[in-house]
Parts: sequence; C-alpha cells; structure tokens
Amino acid sequence: MVNIPFIILFAVSMGFFAYSLTKKIGLVRQGRPLNRTDRGGIRTAATLINAIFQKSVIRGSFGFNHALLFWSFLVLLLANGEFLLHGLIPRAAFIMLPAPVHHWLKLIFDIVSVLVLIAVIAAALRKLFHPLYKESRTAEAFIILGVIGALMLAYFGLTAFEIMMGWVPWQYAPFSALFSYVYIGLTPDGVHKLAVFFWWSHAVLLLGFINFLPYSKHMHILTAIPNVFFKLLDKPAIPQRENFESVKVLGAEKYQDLTWKDLLDSLTCTECGRCQVNCPATLTGKPLNPRTLIHKIKENMNAGETALVGEGEHQISKDAVWSCVTCGACMEVCPVFIEHAPKIIKMRRNMVQMNSDFPEELLNLFENMEQRSNPWGIAPSERTKVFSSVKAKDFNPEETEYLFFVGCAGAFDSRSKQITLAVAMLMDEAKVTWGTLGKDELCCGDSLRRLGNEYVFEQMALKNVEMFKARGVKKIVTQCPHCFTTLKNDYKQYGLEVEVIHHAQLLDELVRDGRLKVNNNHKKSVMTYHDSCYLGRHNGVYEQPRNIIKAITGKAPVEMERTKDTAFCCGAGGGRMWMEENMGERINVNRAQQALDTNAGTLCTACPYCMTMMSDGMKDLNTKSIFVKDVAEVLAEAVLL
Amino acid sequence: MQVIACIKQVPDTTQVQIDPKTNTLVRDGIPFIVNPYDTHALEECLRLKDRYGFKVTAVSMGPPNAEAALRKALSLGADRAVLVSDRVFGGADTLATSNVLTAAIRKLAEEDEVGIVFCGKQTIDGDTAQVGPGIATRMELEQLTLVDRIVELDVEAKKLIVRRKLEGRYETVQTVLPAMITVVREINRPRYPTVPMRLRSKEAQVEMWNNEVLQLDVNKIGLKGSPTWVSKIFSPQRDKGEMIGTGINDPKQVASLLLDKMVAKDIITV
Repeated sequence: MVNIPFIILFAVSMGFFAYSLTKKIGLVRQGRPLNRTDRGGIRTAATLINAIFQKSVIRGSFGFNHALLFWSFLVLLLANGEFLLHGLIPRAAFIMLPAPVHHWLKLIFDIVSVLVLIAVIAAALRKLFHPLYKESRTAEAFIILGVIGALMLAYFGLTAFEIMMGWVPWQYAPFSALFSYVYIGLTPDGVHKLAVFFWWSHAVLLLGFINFLPYSKHMHILTAIPNVFFKLLDKPAIPQRENFESVKVLGAEKYQDLTWKDLLDSLTCTECGRCQVNCPATLTGKPLNPRTLIHKIKENMNAGETALVGEGEHQISKDAVWSCVTCGACMEVCPVFIEHAPKIIKMRRNMVQMNSDFPEELLNLFENMEQRSNPWGIAPSERTKVFSSVKAKDFNPEETEYLFFVGCAGAFDSRSKQITLAVAMLMDEAKVTWGTLGKDELCCGDSLRRLGNEYVFEQMALKNVEMFKARGVKKIVTQCPHCFTTLKNDYKQYGLEVEVIHHAQLLDELVRDGRLKVNNNHKKSVMTYHDSCYLGRHNGVYEQPRNIIKAITGKAPVEMERTKDTAFCCGAGGGRMWMEENMGERINVNRAQQALDTNAGTLCTACPYCMTMMSDGMKDLNTKSIFVKDVAEVLAEAVLL
Repeated sequence: MQVIACIKQVPDTTQVQIDPKTNTLVRDGIPFIVNPYDTHALEECLRLKDRYGFKVTAVSMGPPNAEAALRKALSLGADRAVLVSDRVFGGADTLATSNVLTAAIRKLAEEDEVGIVFCGKQTIDGDTAQVGPGIATRMELEQLTLVDRIVELDVEAKKLIVRRKLEGRYETVQTVLPAMITVVREINRPRYPTVPMRLRSKEAQVEMWNNEVLQLDVNKIGLKGSPTWVSKIFSPQRDKGEMIGTGINDPKQVASLLLDKMVAKDIITV
C-alpha cells in the first residue's frame, strides 16, 4: 500500500528544504574568497576530533550533554532514515533484515532514544534554572527541545505498537515496551488509530524539524561540521592583507565584504554564549558581545542590509566595534571555531580607511606612528637612551646572535625601560650575544593593524621586513608580546620567515640550560602570573613564564580564576591601549582585583601594556600589598642581586 | 571662488638638533612634516569647501621635495596643488617669500577669484609669523591673524566675521572679502586622509612653477631680495633644576615649598 499523503508531504518538505538550503548557500557564496581547503588531512583530523568526537564541545560548560545528544542523533539518523524510506517505499524496512540484526538495531535505538530524552530534559532544566546567560531562554530553544522530546515519545509509541503486533520482541525494546501502557484499555481500532497518530506525529515533527533548521540557530546541525573542517589552522587569527591596488572597498562595509567563511560562521553560531562569558568587554559592561556580534552579521545578511556597522536593528554599533581588545578569548572557547576578532578588524579597516571614522583620541596615535614610528611621537633618536647603564651593540649577524627588538614601550616608557634593562642584563649574564637596531628601529605597527589602519601598517611592515633582510637578521628576541606576534606572525604575510621569540621563552631556556643560576632571593615569594593575550592565547606561550616563576620561587605560581587559555585581558590589546575607556567598568581594575584575590605578593606580567594596565589597576584599587613586575625583573632579582 | 591654503614643509623640529660646532641645524636624516599650524589652515579651507563648495588650492614655496607636503594636502581633499620652486627663490627671508607667494596667488586669481588666503599663524622652524601678513600686505587683503573661529561668512555680501584668539581675551572682528587669515590650532581638528584619497593623490599632479612662470625681478626674491639673514643659531644653555623637599614621604611639604618657590619667582601671585 503506497502512502500517497506522505509522499506528497515528503516531496513538499524536501523541496522547501532544498530551496532554503540553496538560499543560505547563495548568501554564504556572496562572501569574499578565502582558501580553506588546504591540508585536507589535518582538516579531516580536526573535524573528527572536534565535531565527531566533540572535543571542543565537551571542554565547555554542559558540553557532555550536547555530545550525548549529538552521538545519539548520529545513531538515530539510521532510524529516521529507515522511517522516511519506509514511508516512501512500504516494503523497505528494517524488518526485512535478518531478525537478529533487526532486533539489535531496535535495542540500540531504544536505549539511545531514552538517552536523548534524558539529555533533552537536562538541557531544558539547565536552561530554566542555570543558563550560561539569561537571554538564552528563548521560546525557540524550548520549542526545539520540545520537538526533539516529542519525536522520541512518538518513536516509543510506534515501537510499542510494533511490540504489540509481535514484530519486535519486547526484550529488544524495553523502554518502548514500558511506553505501551498508553494503549491499555483501547479497542483494536483505537490502538490502530493511536499508532497512526504516532506515525504521523513522527513524520510531521521530523520533516518540520528539518525545515525549521535553516531558519534557526539549529542551522548548526548542518553547518557546524563543515565549519570545523574549514577552521583556521594557523593561529593567531589575522585578516589577510588588503589589496590596495584593485579592491575598491577596503575592509568590510557590507556583509559581502567579509569572507565566505565569516558568513558561514554566522550561520553556524549556536548562541551557546561561551564567548560572552569569557569576553572582557562584555563582562565589564561594554556594548560589545561576541555572540550578538555574530548573530547580527547573520541577521544583517538575511535582511540584505547595505552596511554592517550602524545603529539599525541588524547592524553592529560603532562602540561595539571599538570595544574589542582582540584578546581572542571568544575564539578560544568557541566550540565551532568561529573567528570573531578578524571580523571586527575588517569592520575597523573599513571605518578607518574609507571614512577616517575612528575615536578622536586615535588621531594622535595615527599621526605619531606615521611620522615618528612610535605611539608617543617621541623623536626616534631617543630610542637608544634606554641603554645608558647597559651597553648595547649594533646588531651584526657575525657578532651578535640575537637582534634584541626593544620595541617602542621598551625604549620610551619609563617603567618598561627597566624591563628592557633587566632582559639585557640577563642576556649578558648568560653570555648571549645580542645587538639592537639603535635609532633605526621602527615600530612594529601592532596597534595600527588591530585598529584597522592597514594602509599605514603595511608601509611600516614593508620597511621593517626590508631592514631585517638587509641586516641579515635570523633570530629576534622581543621585549613585548605585541612586537613578538607582529614580527612572528603578521610579517609572514610580508615574506619574513625568521625565528622570533619573546624574552620569557629565551629566559626560560637560559634557566633550564643552567646558563642563568638562580639564588634564594625569591624562594619565599608568592607570585601569580597574568597571561598576556598575544603571548598566551594567540601564540601558546603559557608555560615558559610560569617555569621562570617556578625556578625562582620553587613552586608554581598561584593561578587566578581566569588563567591560561581563558585568561582575562588587561584591557590594552587591540589598540585599546591608546583609547579612552569610558563605558562600563574598567577592565584593568577588574583584572587587578582578580590578581589581588590570589593573595600573591607579586603579580608577574610579560608585556609592557599589561604592566601599565596592571600597575594602574592596582593604583585605582589603592593597594600596596602587591608588586607588579615583569618575569624578567623577578628573574633578574634572583640571578643578579 | 577659491580659497588658498599656504603650507610649508618643515623639518620635524622635535628631532632637529643644533651642531654645537657650526651652530647650524643638523638636518641629516630628519624627516619633514607639514608645518602643524598649516594643517589647520588647510583643514579650514576644506571645511569651507564642504560647506560652500569653494575650490581649495594648496600652495607652497620650497625645494622640490616639498612636493610631499602638497601631496598630503591633495590626499586630504585639496583640489589643486602648486609648488613654487626655483633655485633663485632659495635663501629667502619672509619678505622675499611673501613676494613669491603673492605672485603665485595673483596668478591663481587670474583663473579663479580668490576669496580667502589661509596661513598657519607661524611655522615651527622660523617662528616669525610674518609670511601671512606679508602676503596680505602685498596683495592688499584684509588681514586677520590668530583666528580661532570663523563666526560668519556671507559670500554674496562679501562679509566675514572671525574671532581672534589673543592673550587672555578674544576679539571678534568683521571685514570684507578678500581676506587673509592666519589660524591658531584651536580653530579645528584636522581630518585624517582616507586611503582612496591617499591613493588618488599619488597619481595626482602637483604643479611646479619656477621663476619662468612667475617672472619676478631677481632683486625681490631669494637671497638678493632678503634684507634679513640668520647670522647664528644656538641652543640656549638651560639651568639645571634643583631638588626640593623630601619626595613622596611628605607631599604637603613639597607642595608648599613649590608654591613658595613660584611666588618668589613671580610665576604666581597670592
């Protein structure tokens, strides 16, 4: 007997589903090109680990519940496939398989369906009583959970009927067998009618669910796996160079100016909220929320808006764009590897480069960078003055192993100059040969790049790369994580491939190799360590600074609650160092308090910006109970004093 | 109608040092910038362009490399850039300079009426503040120096009211066009060039005018036309400061010592 109504329903559903999907794919294809199909092997492995085995999902809050649902769904794909096929071709059913296979399949489906039901209830309870963020309690979320639960119940109802008909022994579907109580007391006709009801409920819910996907956050069921496959393989996430010659619109003005992967990201976001509970901007009351940022890109695209940034309902506010510290916490915790920061930088690039639209305090920075190649606009000839008590050679590949890239803060900021000297003296102590570029050193351009002033950044990058090549530089040690990441990663786009390390890496190695001998000066000190975003999260340097602390105090640093890959930014990244912070609470004061909460006597940093922000934060908190020092300084105190 | 922005390329004086032996400026490797006050003059021209649709012409006298300053003006939105450059113009003092610039502006006026000539209040290298007034005198323009606000501009009635920022007071004055205005920094906040404008300015033409174009009497230009010349430049000796008080231990005492000192030196009165 052919089920004509179902065939029609199925055809219409699939037709509409195909239409919806084509439309979404069409939207994603409007994005700019980007190569994300290289290194297929690594991509496949990453997809297996993170999507199929759910690694990136499980590591976050309530992740195992999702993994349970996901794996169950994979199993139930088989059951639902059979359900649809059987609806179309009544002869095609598991019952046609050899009895043991059929029975065992039934048993698996039965158990898995119960697991799904439990996971759905757990998810609903969590959403009600302990959500990651309150706004996640949407009607849509509960409807979807309800639909999944109802699908399971319909399945039990159907299987119970199969048991009653003797098609499946009850031992192979024990939970469905329990469910057969719903049939108790019905006439044979009533039993049949209820079974038909379950069948149609299952059919309508299933097809309805499929068709609902493309219009909801549950689109991730379709997009998450490809999104993981196409993920960024090389950290840190930096947007590509601009093509100043041929591209008319620099940065991202419209959603079409983002890459196809950016747009796919927006369709993949599940609004789980892990990003926002780790975002220093969101947590201190700034208008930026990484979750709504991605959501708005999706809405902007769906609505066919002509500008990404603005005050409209589907637009991202300028204040949100300028609030980002590019710390990367959002990207680190995102289970589907959405790249938030590069999208923000592309929007900044558009605003800065096409319209000179930026907070007014940045004008000085931009002019200073372009004219004097440092953020403060100090005369470049002053760069060498930091080396008055320590002698610095000129870099020369024959005589000096490392180019010591002092950096603007290291050369001009009075507090950071002390760190420069500590690093220099430690290198001398360990007989590491080093030289500087003297007054010829230029700013690396980090802040400009994160602030979207790509045009001026590019000029600086090209000059620096040319100079490094001309002087035969092979190994660079930097005093600042921002110089470090820019030289190491950003300059790759400009053809620089040299070894770049941060002083924490070098000093850790020197201590380990016994070239720096540690005394007992700090044996009684209790230290905590504040991760620099561009050292830690963006470049994976978590252990080296901690090793140094361990070497001098004899014990691991006491950790703040937010540490390593979920560390809290000091507030100065992404060019925010040079901007006023006049919305919400101050990020640096927040972080300083977190450090105080550890009761450590010393807060160690490894970045001049962190140093400034943490010192200022401690001043704001009016505390003198904690020293703020660079790891190089505490090491110097335990080696040189 | 056009408005003119006179701009000068100057060495970045924060980076200039004086050779103690020769008493001359050490200019080697010192980057050049647009005289900061002139960037405000140009910005004011661009604002008038935005508002009234005037054409903006940037004019500079200087060596051929001063083209960079004019290109910057083009990247900010100037419609035309003229570099008046000739060896015979070299070594000019403020008189000879204003002679040359006057001739250039007169020539521009032949093509399109000049409404206002804008200059910075002074340059950071010469610090004379004479070239703007010099142009005004020679061109017989109304002279409005140290302007920090254009209060009213009525092109039809040729009426212009500006506010001058003087020491300790403001002065609002009214005059008729054409006029010469020198501006102080407070008049505006210069814009930042967009990248498309920068790229366009790279391709744009900076006109080069030499004395064949201006046909000036060689006795009125360059060294010959300059009654003043610099005989000596030197860095004044700075007295070293002194440490007073006991530092952070007793801020109150330090503050009161500082106050006494300032009163004694007549910096403040009680």
